[in-house]
Amino acid sequence: MRDSTETRFAYGEALLELGKRRPEVVVLDADLYRSTRTVVFRDAFPHRFFDVGISEADMVSTAAGMAACGLIPYCNSFAMFITGICYMPIRTQIAYPSLPVKLVGSSYGLTQGPDGASHQSLEDIALMRGLPNMIVVSPADDIETRQATFALADWPGPAYMRLGRYPTPPVFDADYQFVIGKAKWLREGKEVVVFASGHTVAKALAAAEALAQDGVEAGVVNVSTIKPLDEALIKEAAAQAALAVTVEEHSIIGGLGSAVAECLAETRPAAPLLRLGVRDCFGESGLADELMEKHGLQPKGIRASIIQRLALLS
Amino acid sequence: MTSQSQINALRRQAAELRWRIVGMMGPNKAHHFGGSLSAADIVTALYFYRMRYDPANPTWPDRDRFVMSKGHSVPAQYAALAMLGVFPLEELATLKYLGSRLQGHPAMHYTPGIEACTGALGEGLSFANGVALAARVQKKSYRVYCLLGDGELHEGQVWEAAMTSVKQCLGNLVAIIDRNRLKAMDATECGKILDPLAPRWASIGWAVKEVDGHDMAALCDALDWADGQVDQPSMIIANTVKGKGVSFMAGQAGFHNAPITEEQYRQAVAELELAMKEQAQ
Repeated sequence: MRDSTETRFAYGEALLELGKRRPEVVVLDADLYRSTRTVVFRDAFPHRFFDVGISEADMVSTAAGMAACGLIPYCNSFAMFITGICYMPIRTQIAYPSLPVKLVGSSYGLTQGPDGASHQSLEDIALMRGLPNMIVVSPADDIETRQATFALADWPGPAYMRLGRYPTPPVFDADYQFVIGKAKWLREGKEVVVFASGHTVAKALAAAEALAQDGVEAGVVNVSTIKPLDEALIKEAAAQAALAVTVEEHSIIGGLGSAVAECLAETRPAAPLLRLGVRDCFGESGLADELMEKHGLQPKGIRASIIQRLALLS
Repeated sequence: MTSQSQINALRRQAAELRWRIVGMMGPNKAHHFGGSLSAADIVTALYFYRMRYDPANPTWPDRDRFVMSKGHSVPAQYAALAMLGVFPLEELATLKYLGSRLQGHPAMHYTPGIEACTGALGEGLSFANGVALAARVQKKSYRVYCLLGDGELHEGQVWEAAMTSVKQCLGNLVAIIDRNRLKAMDATECGKILDPLAPRWASIGWAVKEVDGHDMAALCDALDWADGQVDQPSMIIANTVKGKGVSFMAGQAGFHNAPITEEQYRQAVAELELAMKEQAQ
């Protein structure tokens, strides 16, 4: 078993490898290259690395110009800044003409921790998911991050990938194959199906293990591509279950929970849906694990919420 | 260097460009008359004098690029592209109609010859920086021209980009400000103070030249001067008149984006046709 790792580290290493393979890949950063781990690429390819300073909007517009000339830019900042500050240039200059700019938001969510609400992105998926042509990827572990980093270079349009600075246990083996737009069953279970992405995948797997001790069979599906959503798999999985659950380190408005709800609302008969995540509020300073616990996103909280909802249903 | 006959030919083209701008807009529909007309001489000097450009191949990888950052003035660019033959002149009449390739603001994926998507102000200079940096990465020698509105300079991202251009020593980048002193509602100096503009850009590290933006010879000389820069971005501040060429629009903020009546349209066309005739002599 591999150690727990932060997905941003796997990204930094993958970017280096991608840089060796693909001369058209360039990397932009806005004064966070040690945090975002693009420092690895910078040291290897100084002439294809551009630190524009503390100006995220300038960074993404610059990347759009590069992409218009045939380069494949990877833009990096914290998840909150690259989606929040840059929304307008991303919309006009990248999503609208569908230029292949890859936006990578690091240190996402509550697990950003002590820096507090200003830095804790809980709306980044909502912002990016609403943009035509944009895809949204949230890998679960180091192996998936590595593969997603490569896959984005082959994707012809724009993409947003969110990465964490929170040690997360390995979910996949080396032979796993990430495919954009494909969700994957990680654990079978008929009574409850849990859809998760990013850090919450490992949390959901641990919760399912605990639920088994309660006599509840819970399956877990990794939805690492939140857009385009794997609607076929989600509908099929929910159709078999008494309860569908989404678990996300994001607001329940606009993220994975919303995407699954929209998908299932057009399906009949649909399983009842429980959305776990941040319930329309801002984060705050604290340790990552404390914050995850406060918002019911540790395995214990996920398990309790599911048991409670099942009791209401029966 | 430009000869007198070359300047005269460019003046004729600028007069035709203005006539085509007003012609494609027509009466009774809101259009961005003012900023398109103030930019007409600048756009003419770029496309018909300075830029290395093959109208038969608008995606030629080595072409000079023109990024219209003040996106609402794109009719001036549409007129130039049509006059060059990048798309048919007849297509100009489809401006902003449903199904047209000529969108209300520049859309690179709709229109041949359009290099960027703009429309939200303040984003074009950063994009132009990216195009200029791509030339460095790909070892190409093209130049990038970016037209900014003066009102657009209220947007903070312009100044982020301005500092990046200097940091990256983008000698292949030329920015031009259409300094018509009016924004959508009123004077550019309402809301924010832009002057003294030239020293501000110079203090950031740009090579700056100020010209009369309706003096064709001066514009051509300024573009030649900018071509001589090696490792410093160039800024041409072109002092212009909003609505230049149509008497009742000149210097008026009211025609930033507004409809004109049938009568006003006839008068505007008559004035522009007279100017074309005068230039033809």
